[in-house]
Amino acid sequence: MLDIQNLHVAVDGKSILKGLDLSINEGETHALFGQNGSGKTTLVLTIMGFPGYRVTEGRILFKKEDITHLPINERARLGIGLSFQHPPAIHGVKLKDLTEIAAQHGNSAFKIEEVAETIHIPPDFLTRDVNLGFSGGEVKRTELLQLLAQNPDLVLLDEPDSGVDLENIALVGETINKLLDRDKRSRERHKAGLIITHAGGILKIVQADKAHVLVDGQIACSGNPGELLNDICELGYEECVKCPR
Amino acid sequence: MSKVDELTERAEKAREKKAAYGPDIPLESYTSKAPAHEKVQTLKMLPTNYQNQSLGVGVDASEDERSGSFFQLDTSVVYSKTSAPNVEVLSVTEALDKYDWLKDYWWKAVAVDADKYTAQAALEFSNGYFIRAKAGAKTILPIQACMFLAQESLSQNVHNIIIAEKGSELHIITGCRTADELSHGIHVGVSEFFIKEGATCSFTMIHNWGPEVAVRPRSGSIIEKDATFISNYVCLKPVKSLQMYPVFRCVGENATALSYSLLYAADGSHMDVGARVILEAAQCKADVIARTITNGGEIISRGNLTGLHPDVKGHLECRGLLLGDHGRIFAVPELDGAVPGVDMSHEAAVGKIAEEEITYLMTRGLSEDDATSAIVRGFLDIEIKGVPPALQEEMRRAVHTTEGMGL
Repeated sequence: MLDIQNLHVAVDGKSILKGLDLSINEGETHALFGQNGSGKTTLVLTIMGFPGYRVTEGRILFKKEDITHLPINERARLGIGLSFQHPPAIHGVKLKDLTEIAAQHGNSAFKIEEVAETIHIPPDFLTRDVNLGFSGGEVKRTELLQLLAQNPDLVLLDEPDSGVDLENIALVGETINKLLDRDKRSRERHKAGLIITHAGGILKIVQADKAHVLVDGQIACSGNPGELLNDICELGYEECVKCPR
Repeated sequence: MSKVDELTERAEKAREKKAAYGPDIPLESYTSKAPAHEKVQTLKMLPTNYQNQSLGVGVDASEDERSGSFFQLDTSVVYSKTSAPNVEVLSVTEALDKYDWLKDYWWKAVAVDADKYTAQAALEFSNGYFIRAKAGAKTILPIQACMFLAQESLSQNVHNIIIAEKGSELHIITGCRTADELSHGIHVGVSEFFIKEGATCSFTMIHNWGPEVAVRPRSGSIIEKDATFISNYVCLKPVKSLQMYPVFRCVGENATALSYSLLYAADGSHMDVGARVILEAAQCKADVIARTITNGGEIISRGNLTGLHPDVKGHLECRGLLLGDHGRIFAVPELDGAVPGVDMSHEAAVGKIAEEEITYLMTRGLSEDDATSAIVRGFLDIEIKGVPPALQEEMRRAVHTTEGMGL
């Protein structure tokens, strides 16, 4: 579904991604590990098409179409969705209105109030300005609400569990499983996902098929998510640089 | 000398007096005379294009959800009616004939010699409305009033009196606009508000003038003990020159003045708009909130809070959004504390839309233009307490029907 080939990306003239290759097939969920500053967020924002992230070399194929130079909204309409790590607050734009917009381009039969309730978003939240005064956990849940409405084929999740309290972590994980068809048998899964996680906690609930470690703008190694996470916990990211895998 | 003679003399002396703010408008290029228009039995009898154009400024010819209506076409009051008990809606000329006491209110909240425009309204007077809620009368459905300017090169010089008597509740929506085909004209509107003890009055004014029309409203209000006056002003359509600086005097204990302004200046528009609140008694409160957007035009957004009593509270807020490559917003917030113990604050911010807000909305499928429009509409979507839902909806509708906004 997603095929990234030799991707080089510069931000403000500084080279961040340096020849990255990554393929995610339909039905697969991948995890992406990496230190702060390794380029994880740059990668998902580039896949989404953010204007400040300039592709200097390489290309991004989505459903076999070259999307390297498409604007954000066209990528969204093609079926790419993003849950932000730190989304901006927007005065006067109500959460419900934005979720309705997302549904117009995705799941048109989406029942906002009903779904909101299942992920512990109270009704009065829907009439609030999006992200304004929301706690870290509230931001993550409302991001997921919008993605459920948008119903994308490729789901990009940037630190979906950061700031989420223990009480809600399982709920967030289960919701992601739903978004990614992880609640279905493997042959019935059609969604693909890429989850950025620094600490890896979310992977206890969301079973990723594969994981990658990003070091200095390149994928340094790939493998079993649990094993990679254990290695990182035991040896640190520094060892990934040396690892011959 | 009689009071009338004295007022006339003062007005005569102010004929050439330039206003403190705003470009000077040469009044000689306008006429104050217009052919009389026939009265109509219902607003539905007005020309259809006038009905449709009035709808855009919140004046609904069907009169649904309204408890009274007033319509002035050029200098003629063609319709006035109310269905609310103990609320009067009359032409001000008729009211002056009917009530001798009304002369005590005439030019009480606005000085007749404030500038050449008040002088013009006094000397070349062309009617206006009188709206009064009697003591204890409460109307939730608003009264609607329309000032319609259709005569080419007319100076429409109106004088309105609004009285909310003791303990009453009154909501008014005023729509002012010019006929689409009019290219040159000026509207001079004097409005005097008297909000008596314990009364609540909301006044929502939606303006839609033409790109070659000058507008000089002159408003003053006197707010008594425990009374609340909510003033909402919306001008989102092109106007050549708009200058107004209404003054709210909170004269009684615990009087409250709330002023909200939404302004959008397209290329070629000049707006110098503000609000001044004078807090003269204990526990008086004021909020002056402005949201301004320029897409090539110039906006001077003024606010002034003057605290004359130790135990008063007030807040000024001006947020400005710069769209496009040119245009100007000049925010002038002023706090004037004349005694110790006043609690007054202000915040002002002028800038462009954050790119991260646009890109965020685009990830949900909106185009860049639609994302910008959504942010602009959201910027103007202020929650106003104390205004009936129908009026809040009219303000929202005015925002949503502004074409080209954010593009």
